[in-house]
Amino acid sequence: MAKPADVSTASPALATERPPKPGGMPSGVTGVATWADERIGLASLLKKNLRKVFPDHWSFLLGEIALYSFIILLLTGVFLTIWFKPSMAEIEYQGTYQLMRGLPMSEAFASTLALSFDIRGGLLVRQIHHWAAMLFVAAMTVHMLRIFFTGAFRKPREINWLIGVGLFSISLIEGFAGYSLPDDLLSGTGLRFVDGMIRSIPLIGTWAEFFIFNGEFPGDLVIPRLYMVHILLVPGLLLGLIAAHLALVVYHKHTQYPGPGRKDGNVVGYPLFPVYMAKAGGFFFVVFGVAILMGATMQINPVWNFGPYNPAQVTAGSQPDWYMGFVEGAIRIMPPWEWHLGGTTWSWNVFLPGVGLLTGLFIVLGAYPFIERWLTGDTAEHHVLDRPRNNPTRTALGVAGMTAYALFWIAGGNDILATQFRLSLNAVTEFMRVAVFVGPVIAFLITKRICISLQRADSERVLHGSETGIIERSPDGGYSEPHAPIHIEEKYTLTQHVQNTALQITPETDGHGVLEKGAGVSRLRALMSRWFHGGAIEKPTAAQIEAADHHADGHGADGHAVDGHDADGHELTDSEESSQASR
Amino acid sequence: MSIETRKPDNQLERFPVQDPGLEPHIERWTDADKSAGDRAYRQVLAMLGAVPVLAIAFVVIYFAVPRTAFVDIFGMQWDALTFLLGLTGGVATLLIGLACIHWAKTIMGDEEIAEDRHSAASSPEDREAFAAEFAKGAEQSGLGRRKLLGGALGGALGLIAVPAVVLFADLGPWPTAALRKETIERTIWAEGVKLVNDITQRPLRASDLEIGQLVNAQPETLWDHHGTHFQVEKAKASIIIVRMDPERIKIPESRVDWQVGGILCYSKICTHVGCPISLWEQQTHHLLCPCHQSTFDLSNSGVVVFGPAARSLPQLPITVDADGFLVARSDFTVPVGPSFFERDSNNDFVEGDR
Amino acid sequence: MRFLTAKRRHRAARPALLVLALLLMGALYAAVAPAARVSADTGTSQQVAEGKALFQVTCSSCHGMNGEGTSQGPSLVGVGAASANFQVSTGRMPMANPGAQAPRKKSTYTEEEVAALSAFVASLGPGPAIPTAEQYSGEGLSAEELAKGGELFRTNCSACHNFEGAGGALPTGKYAPSLRGVSGQHIWEAMRTGPQQMPVFSSGVLPDEDVQAIVGYLETLHAQPSSGLTFGAIGPVAEGLFAWIIGIGGLCLIAIWIAARGARAK
Repeated sequence: MAKPADVSTASPALATERPPKPGGMPSGVTGVATWADERIGLASLLKKNLRKVFPDHWSFLLGEIALYSFIILLLTGVFLTIWFKPSMAEIEYQGTYQLMRGLPMSEAFASTLALSFDIRGGLLVRQIHHWAAMLFVAAMTVHMLRIFFTGAFRKPREINWLIGVGLFSISLIEGFAGYSLPDDLLSGTGLRFVDGMIRSIPLIGTWAEFFIFNGEFPGDLVIPRLYMVHILLVPGLLLGLIAAHLALVVYHKHTQYPGPGRKDGNVVGYPLFPVYMAKAGGFFFVVFGVAILMGATMQINPVWNFGPYNPAQVTAGSQPDWYMGFVEGAIRIMPPWEWHLGGTTWSWNVFLPGVGLLTGLFIVLGAYPFIERWLTGDTAEHHVLDRPRNNPTRTALGVAGMTAYALFWIAGGNDILATQFRLSLNAVTEFMRVAVFVGPVIAFLITKRICISLQRADSERVLHGSETGIIERSPDGGYSEPHAPIHIEEKYTLTQHVQNTALQITPETDGHGVLEKGAGVSRLRALMSRWFHGGAIEKPTAAQIEAADHHADGHGADGHAVDGHDADGHELTDSEESSQASR
Repeated sequence: MSIETRKPDNQLERFPVQDPGLEPHIERWTDADKSAGDRAYRQVLAMLGAVPVLAIAFVVIYFAVPRTAFVDIFGMQWDALTFLLGLTGGVATLLIGLACIHWAKTIMGDEEIAEDRHSAASSPEDREAFAAEFAKGAEQSGLGRRKLLGGALGGALGLIAVPAVVLFADLGPWPTAALRKETIERTIWAEGVKLVNDITQRPLRASDLEIGQLVNAQPETLWDHHGTHFQVEKAKASIIIVRMDPERIKIPESRVDWQVGGILCYSKICTHVGCPISLWEQQTHHLLCPCHQSTFDLSNSGVVVFGPAARSLPQLPITVDADGFLVARSDFTVPVGPSFFERDSNNDFVEGDR
Repeated sequence: MRFLTAKRRHRAARPALLVLALLLMGALYAAVAPAARVSADTGTSQQVAEGKALFQVTCSSCHGMNGEGTSQGPSLVGVGAASANFQVSTGRMPMANPGAQAPRKKSTYTEEEVAALSAFVASLGPGPAIPTAEQYSGEGLSAEELAKGGELFRTNCSACHNFEGAGGALPTGKYAPSLRGVSGQHIWEAMRTGPQQMPVFSSGVLPDEDVQAIVGYLETLHAQPSSGLTFGAIGPVAEGLFAWIIGIGGLCLIAIWIAARGARAK
């Protein structure tokens, strides 16, 4: 950076003269760049970050889909607010849509109809906005699953995981608020359901209901209030949290999958400028383009078919948007439990699957990194991701959770299932009542076994190489399939993971000095830890690999492999080369 | 403040196979073959070049296509403006993205680089420096000597939140026992109020109803209310009237004069979370809620036979007036809609309801 | 043939034989029966007689020889010609096999045969007659009348048949059928007669003008262009499914392309 050569004021830090020459700035943008740098010190800010490295993997782009959907939502949302009127005042519709002519409806619904039929492109933007909302939550979900299964939530990223859970939870509120705004029959039915859900909260239910709805359902304030929540409160929170989420990603640098040259101490990939800027920037336009094309070709939330909200009407197939479907499913399959205590009613049949399940989900998600840390006693920083098979219990827990979620979700469409597949509605419901408990357990057991089998297969592959598919007949008539050794890169990838072991019970007053895993492991913790680590396959040791390599060499067709190959520490590479030659 | 340091691994135990280091860079086809590179270059240009064309098409469509026009796609009729604007705009946007990515993949240098990563934690020197700075600040604040200051500030900050919270006490009316009696515990049904057809407001004669008939009805007085009041009252007062063969249903002693020759009237508001229910099967007499599939038996005082609802559907006592019109005998005897905390709904199951 | 011989003494053999014989009879009758007369108004008594003959062959096993009903099927006394016309011309009757509900299928009867059957059922007792076009036609209604039809539809019908008339689920395997492509006449008949689990909507409560408004609303609704693929118009479940499959699925494929290494020189 060019610094002023001579200083004419008392303060040495201030430049009062034009720097003699904007040295070092890229040509072409010299003027602008210098102007900006003199005011905000852009160069020192960007010099570190312009070539920041991002690893390249498709699953690292899932969070980007969510981010870009959010930007699309902001852009399309601003457009919609220009015409939308968040008012529950009743008017008589005299607009262009003839099948509603003369009906009493709220201004909110009438303005939604106007957006759909009178504003050119309004319907398109409405549909883009709604599809982008579906994509937003869906992308967050798959992004979160990727983080979970690869263990990216581990130290030092626990805070970012919590921010992510926070983002996920308020996105559901954001989505629901948006779903309620048009005041059509479906959104009004959804609001009424929420009214019942709020009412079911023990002790404060009725009060919360009256406070939120300004009295009885539906009242005249809930849509203006939800509008404020939808376009100001929650988007503001989302923006702030997303900024913190991304700042932490930049600070920690992105995690990476295991592979040759990839270590906890580095990050391997492409620089931000220009490759990642082009890829990620291009992906924004791709996501936007896909959302627009979805809006152009796939109808969503046709409010003019639902009609204005009328508390005496309802339609078959009344469902929330997909991300609330699991709550809907839980409510549908819940048995009718109510308590009556001392003149009060405790509506567990609504509270537990509604408020209870939602809060439970976010508590479990938020607590998981800390639970796992408690079980493993792992205090190290992790930047290389786990392969899901290498942590069978975590993976199995994740799949069990997904199964439970999916079953609840399917239960939320039990009527659609019944009609589309000619099943009995009651049978579907009763099956689901059992399945949501049994399904996750089965999923857990199966997934854990699959992970362990995959670990075993990895171990086999490292020790014995890959199957060649060639059947050889030996002179004495036996048949065998020779195995070809695998590349050193793959061998490294398959063996680089940490071999976790269960915690042992250690008394509080341990005399062995400072233990790395923390002194004072209780009996319960040790027991749980044993369960968590149970079944894992020991990864091959260096000695085993060496022995196996020599074994393979001994069977090699060429005479290259001989015993007493000098073990100079490069034996792995050597045997790799020899096996390559023998292939 | 302690920091966990990484365990010095037994390198051979930790990594049984030595890290071979980054894979060597292999040239791409587009780097090695000039014609392939040129082709990729042309492709990127073509994609970007199509965008202005599509943008112009978008503008032309916006002004030229009438709002009511539709297009025929595989036999389906689609709204023309939505489809054509979305198609041009969407493809244009998509092409910008695809062009940038194609450029990055085929033309930009693709050598992977490694960047060192540092522990998220600050260095011990930084921590010490921070601790020293903090100590200086703490000393300067005077908190060390005048300890009450901290507590007083904390208390002040904590309590200033109370007025902020109290400000929200007027979010809605307070559902005290008196207000509940006026709102969620009552509907506008009253003695002598005519049952009229919803939407058409036609009064209903008992003789108009056939066995197996379902009528979605409202109190005649509903239309005295307007705007929000209309919606609030409709949300509670909506009813369904059904006519069943009196021989085939169970009518408890206490409700014999709540019906007229097998014409029974129930609240349309589900006792689960309040959806309006009218999926009535005229042969089984079961009433299903389309929201969560609670099923009520209308031939047996509206008891729950399936699903998550815990309370019977409230029944409205009705009779006929001198002109043969159906009228209510009173309001509902129990509140309609979902249960709420302050009221023990267990007593709703009076003798004969089960 | 050994199979048949072996099963000869089976408990179900005799009833099965009976059904087989009946079917044979029916087929034989259909083959030998005189060609259906062109006109439907050649005299009611003759139509009733023809209807009765047809009834006794194809309907009486469940509904009784004179439509008085059996344990297998309800009495048809007083259900009216509208009911018979609806059930037979929509293919619901005769039922192919017993189930939770008789599905709509292609009717195997000619118009004349349906008319004869309806006339016979009507002769059993007074009930709703087959409506004339003026009673159900939704044509020529004003926008306000159509809008009112929409309100009536959403108040009385959409709870079972869905907001777009796409149908919906009922308890224990039953369902409300789709209303797409259902004629105004059949809608009128169904409302007036309450087929299967559907409740009755009698003319005293919903007069013909209301039915016309509903029919007109549905016809206009189904004729208007959509704003893209509708996925069967079954609501948010399908929308969520396609957001995942097309949206997330498609974007993941593109993400895989973005991160793919591409063609290498060697």
